[in-house]
Amino acid sequence: MTEAIVTIDHLRVTFGKGADTVTAVKDVSFSIAPGETVCVVGESGSGKSVTSLSLMRLVEFGGGSIVDGRLTLMRKDGPIDLAQADTTTMRSIRGRDIGMIFQEPMTSLNPVFTIERQLTDGLRLHLGLTGSAARARALQLLRDVRIPEPERRLKQYPHELSGGMRQRVVIAIAMACEPRLLIADEPTTALDVTIQAEILALINRLKREKGMAVMFITHDMAVVAQIADRVVVMYRGDVVEEGPVAEIFANPKAEYTKALLAAVPRLGEMQGKAAPEPLRLVGQKFVPKSLPPAAQPEPLLEVKNLTTYFPVRGGPLRRHTANVHAVEDVSFTLNKGETLSLVGESGCGKSSCGRSILRLVEPTSGSVMLDRKDVLACNPRDLRHLRRDMQMIFQDPFASLNPYMRLMAQVAEPLRNFGLATGSDLIDRVAALFDRVDLPRSYMRRFPHELSGGQRQRIAIARALAVNPKLIIADEAVSALDVSVQAQVLNLMMELQADLGLSFLFISHDMAVVERVSHHVAVMYLGRIVEIGPRAAIFENPQHAYTKTLMLAVPIADPNTRKLDSDLSFKPIPSPMHDRSYRPTPSTYDTVAPGHLVLRD
Amino acid sequence: MRGFLTAKGLIGAGIVMLVLAIALLAPLVIPDRMATAMDMRARLSGPSLSHIFGTDQLGRDLFFRVMLGAQTSVLIAGSAVLMSIVIGLPLGIVSGYYGGVIDNVLMRLVDTLLSFPALLLALTISAVLGPNLTNTIIAIGIAFTPFLARIIRGEALRVAQMPYVEAARAAGTTDFMMIVRHILPNIMPAIIVQGTISLAFAILAEAGLSFLGLGTQPPDASWGLMIQASRDYLDVAPWTALVPGAAVAITVLGLNMFGDVLRDVLDPRTAT
Repeated sequence: MTEAIVTIDHLRVTFGKGADTVTAVKDVSFSIAPGETVCVVGESGSGKSVTSLSLMRLVEFGGGSIVDGRLTLMRKDGPIDLAQADTTTMRSIRGRDIGMIFQEPMTSLNPVFTIERQLTDGLRLHLGLTGSAARARALQLLRDVRIPEPERRLKQYPHELSGGMRQRVVIAIAMACEPRLLIADEPTTALDVTIQAEILALINRLKREKGMAVMFITHDMAVVAQIADRVVVMYRGDVVEEGPVAEIFANPKAEYTKALLAAVPRLGEMQGKAAPEPLRLVGQKFVPKSLPPAAQPEPLLEVKNLTTYFPVRGGPLRRHTANVHAVEDVSFTLNKGETLSLVGESGCGKSSCGRSILRLVEPTSGSVMLDRKDVLACNPRDLRHLRRDMQMIFQDPFASLNPYMRLMAQVAEPLRNFGLATGSDLIDRVAALFDRVDLPRSYMRRFPHELSGGQRQRIAIARALAVNPKLIIADEAVSALDVSVQAQVLNLMMELQADLGLSFLFISHDMAVVERVSHHVAVMYLGRIVEIGPRAAIFENPQHAYTKTLMLAVPIADPNTRKLDSDLSFKPIPSPMHDRSYRPTPSTYDTVAPGHLVLRD
Repeated sequence: MRGFLTAKGLIGAGIVMLVLAIALLAPLVIPDRMATAMDMRARLSGPSLSHIFGTDQLGRDLFFRVMLGAQTSVLIAGSAVLMSIVIGLPLGIVSGYYGGVIDNVLMRLVDTLLSFPALLLALTISAVLGPNLTNTIIAIGIAFTPFLARIIRGEALRVAQMPYVEAARAAGTTDFMMIVRHILPNIMPAIIVQGTISLAFAILAEAGLSFLGLGTQPPDASWGLMIQASRDYLDVAPWTALVPGAAVAITVLGLNMFGDVLRDVLDPRTAT
């Protein structure tokens, strides 16, 4: 093996002083060789980001301090211990020897400078390039990261580029001085799955071509399987396991790694199964039951030609000039006791669709029947009562609970709203709901900030369950959760479905999760459903071009099925904004198999 | 409630209670003439044993005047700010929560009021209604309302877009309960902060009105009036400005500390 570019040796990082000291990284050692991608994987609070920030010595800016350990970096003129380096040395290393890519492409570029200015900053500082030489190099960098029309991009500002292009620019900046080590901290977490696939392929190619060492930080085991050569698994500030990627996935040794892998839904593993099935988690005693669809499906929610436009106002008089076609002629039926998933990338209208059904936004036209009651024809009074039958779980467990209300009051709110219980009866029913979602009753007196993300999402579920709804719309309900917590919440939802006969409209961007939980799947693109059908049909026999694209782009949590060998470039999604005069064509579908419909383009 | 047991909490609460006690008790304990009796031989004399804070241009004892002035200042500032909250809170909440046409109409009204300097507005109102205590309160209260309404509207607008409000709506919460359970508690911190700052400005606004002959009428004392009266003697008798000035400064400081701690105590995330 060639000599490692970076070696971390017994790193220990603490935050705070005196009695409040928190040790974020306890004792971490690993190394990265040239041309090697080491994935540091772990859940929130595992110390993976702190480790990478320590290498850049950026951890000090966040109030942390490196109390012990060596961080050896091989430079051209020999090794240097980054933990001891002074600020001048560090400044010459950042961006020169170590490049870094951050998570959020929207905020890691400065909105007031052109792309050229931001690209050439590092070139001027570290390589002394100026004027046309710097521009030529910047242009070359943009070509390296495969940005279309690079000449034009140089003159543009970040807001003129799409999210994927911005992340490519961020990578170009990190690559500008040909660093020996590239640190990528969750570089694809905020991106859509097709763009994620493109970015992963790009990082992989650059690593191969330039022989860089790559430290890739992620919480997503599927991404790990796709890109890693070696894996470092971290848990609460310690390395629990380290090894080649195939070895980790095939034969994990640490209990934590086993549990983590068991919690990951893998695309394709539901093949040949008739019904959704809870995940088998490590240390779980009961045998989860599967959820067979009813022999005589009874429709609960019938959506026909649902259309929602958001007006765009412009000009000095704020006149209504155009419409965003968020939901365009969407029709589907959800049966009692079943789960229908709406899946698609950001901006495809899946959330707007869910919110239109609940009338949290007002649909433009169409019809929504819930248990043979017309939702869209309701006056505000009837609508309030109809909302007893349909509840919602939101994405962000931190923002969807009122920080000033005790959990007891939050869960009791729907019951109070409809006058369903008072006094001790109310308390009993709330307590029963806490039992139902596996939270201790002592939590009833607590406030939301005292709970973890997963516990808060359980509260949100308990609140949704309080009025015994028939339908629950779960809008990205598990997307913000760590993978092991996500698995528990998914299992809880499936268990509730089995016990209470609930129907879920499950809105998600995560194909693997959708495959786990759904009876039926609808793929959305540009406000329309492009393909809808039974889960098996959609996943095993996708017909529409966009569904196929999605399937191709989803990373699979199996290192033996790699998809990143060549550069990927998917067609970007066009804008859903149209003039007021625009008349869309109605959605017409071809029937491929019974219940399996494909949009005619 | 443990938040009040910190240094900041104790000092803040201590000052607020002390000022309130002075405002309430001083008029009962100190005879009026102690503050209005003139002693021309002792004009503008510095702090001494006989006049511990010194005297003003008419030889009146500044200690007694500050003590008795507390009542007027605290009463006017407190009532005026309370009034502006009572009017501004519903305006702001309705505007921010409902939005649309209601918001536009209410906020254009508020903007109209905002376009006049607050003091000019108070001056006009006070001049129309006539100079007495009640009218001074009304004048300052109305002049301060647009600021509060604006800030509360902004906060209500922010809170109304939070997912927990949408979640509550999906759970069938009525508009009224939404405002009581979700909007009000979450805009409370902003009201407390703005309220304590407004109190300080109200004390000064009362001074301005008094200076123009529309607020407190001599020979009654108020802190603002005392500061205004001191302006001609700043070079020879700076204590005439410093004494009432310090009274205002300490009160405002105490109120701010009290407000900060109150905000933290009410917030479950910082209350331990």
